Amino acid sequence: MTIYLPIAELPVAMFALFALGAAVGFVSGMFGVGGGFLMTPLLIFIGVPPAVAVASVSTHMAASSFSGALSYFRKGMVDISLSGVLLTGGLAGTVAGVAVFTLLRALGQVDLVIGISYVTLLSTLGLLMLSESLRAIARTRAGQPPLVRRPGTRAWFLRMPLKVRFRRSRIYVSLIPVVGLGFIIGFLGALLGIGGGFLLVPALIYMLRVPTQTAIGTSLVLTLVTMSMATVLQATVNGTVDAVLALILMVGGTMGAQFGARAGQGMKAEHLRLLLGLLVLGVGLRVGYDLVRTPGDIYAVTVQEQRATQHQPEGRP
Amino acid sequence: MSETARGLRLATPRRSGAALFIGFLLGLAGGPAAAERLVLSVSQHDVRITSNFAGAELVLFGVAEGTTPGPYDVAITVRGPHETAVTWRKSQVLGLWINTESRTFVDTPSYLAVATNRPVDAIAAPEILRREQIGLARNILIQKVGPDFADVVPEEPFRAAFLRIKGAEGLYGEQPQGVLFLSDTAFRATFQVPGRARTGRYEVAAKLFRDGTMLAEAHTAFTIEKAGFEAQIAGFAENSGFFYGLAVACGALAVGFVANLMFRRD
Repeated sequence: MTIYLPIAELPVAMFALFALGAAVGFVSGMFGVGGGFLMTPLLIFIGVPPAVAVASVSTHMAASSFSGALSYFRKGMVDISLSGVLLTGGLAGTVAGVAVFTLLRALGQVDLVIGISYVTLLSTLGLLMLSESLRAIARTRAGQPPLVRRPGTRAWFLRMPLKVRFRRSRIYVSLIPVVGLGFIIGFLGALLGIGGGFLLVPALIYMLRVPTQTAIGTSLVLTLVTMSMATVLQATVNGTVDAVLALILMVGGTMGAQFGARAGQGMKAEHLRLLLGLLVLGVGLRVGYDLVRTPGDIYAVTVQEQRATQHQPEGRP
Repeated sequence: MSETARGLRLATPRRSGAALFIGFLLGLAGGPAAAERLVLSVSQHDVRITSNFAGAELVLFGVAEGTTPGPYDVAITVRGPHETAVTWRKSQVLGLWINTESRTFVDTPSYLAVATNRPVDAIAAPEILRREQIGLARNILIQKVGPDFADVVPEEPFRAAFLRIKGAEGLYGEQPQGVLFLSDTAFRATFQVPGRARTGRYEVAAKLFRDGTMLAEAHTAFTIEKAGFEAQIAGFAENSGFFYGLAVACGALAVGFVANLMFRRD
């Protein structure tokens, strides 16, 4: 059963799209990440124009992050003031990211930069998560107790001026790295079409020493705000938000996320991190392989502008 | 042309009434005729995209009328809404495949289909075919070369790649036996428009040949447009983007809220 997407202007198989949403939703529910880094490339692969894919995925992520954020909020695991500070940096980063994206598109190198960024980012992050979780698993196997947080080992960037206490997260850190982190997340989100949850959560846990659950809850709130804003902005500026596409994705995604969350709860945290590390590394290597291998067709066609005006048929005065 | 056009509009150009319609055209053909004339009609002037749209099939009917009805040749070209497209070529730089060269095709048809009753080369001399732009190889596709605009030789690799990629998408195509003569003078051709075709006005041009000489030509058109729910969504998104975005964002939050309530475990 096909359904015509009014903004993307192409027919798609509805249940395949639904299944895609559910599968990515399952992964995002299981690992507590947005899943944009999987969803956007998959949509582009099935023929959705990249601009429409990026914009509609942000709408989908607004829905799924709201669903998740509500649960964490009820459990008191959202640090509103921390997400507020992150957001100020995030907004500036988004503006910068959009500007760079526009520049790269004019140069025709968006694909290359996105490709290289994906490879670098995902491979590095994937390897870090992999080695960290493997060490954690090895410690558990050896019967050692898991590492606890040591208040004494504070990185230099946390000791910078403008220190603020975030009560929910039980941290007392400088505002500068928090705003900077928000900036990087916003920049990458706008440039790569990813929510940034899979970057922000580890950064909050390992760099700012925020408790895991609070880190996920806070990251969800940040995703919720940025993705809702991205939806309105994209619809206003570019007109690329496809409501039908987003609706199918979000219905599939929110359902998949629930089952994913249940599957994830039955697993040990370090095993989850190992799997997520493998997934992230896998996506990174896949994108890298596409850059290196000889393409099946070295030519590609992109449509630059769409002219609605009617043209004079040739041969007529 | 204007007289026949008026006559055509009176007839109901539907596929079911095709036989009746051809009879009508043949009757018209019996009128006073100084030189050859070509009458055309398309099965559907208005293709409407609804939520289950997955492409369309258009049937084109035509009649050649003239003093000496003889073995005619017909070439029909359908051109979709124009757009500017860029063809990129990758090459290997430091082990990575990168878009290094590009050609911009200015104002080219987003859809281009050619149907003839026999292979194009057999219909007329190359210079006539080139002048009349018959066949994909001879359709003018203007490239932007620095500050200038030019059409290039058909074998140019960027042009060939452009035609090949558009062909694979079902947007460009040639049917060497696509025009079927139903009698000495009446003919029919069928065109497939894929689901991803652009909305807008599609121009149809038919050219009549005999013994390599062009006798007449005729034009008609059809439009592809969104209808019903699809048209409402697209119209809302286009006319008031901000409120559309706001509505979609609120809808997304509502879906998230409902999903959270439905699967609440505490």
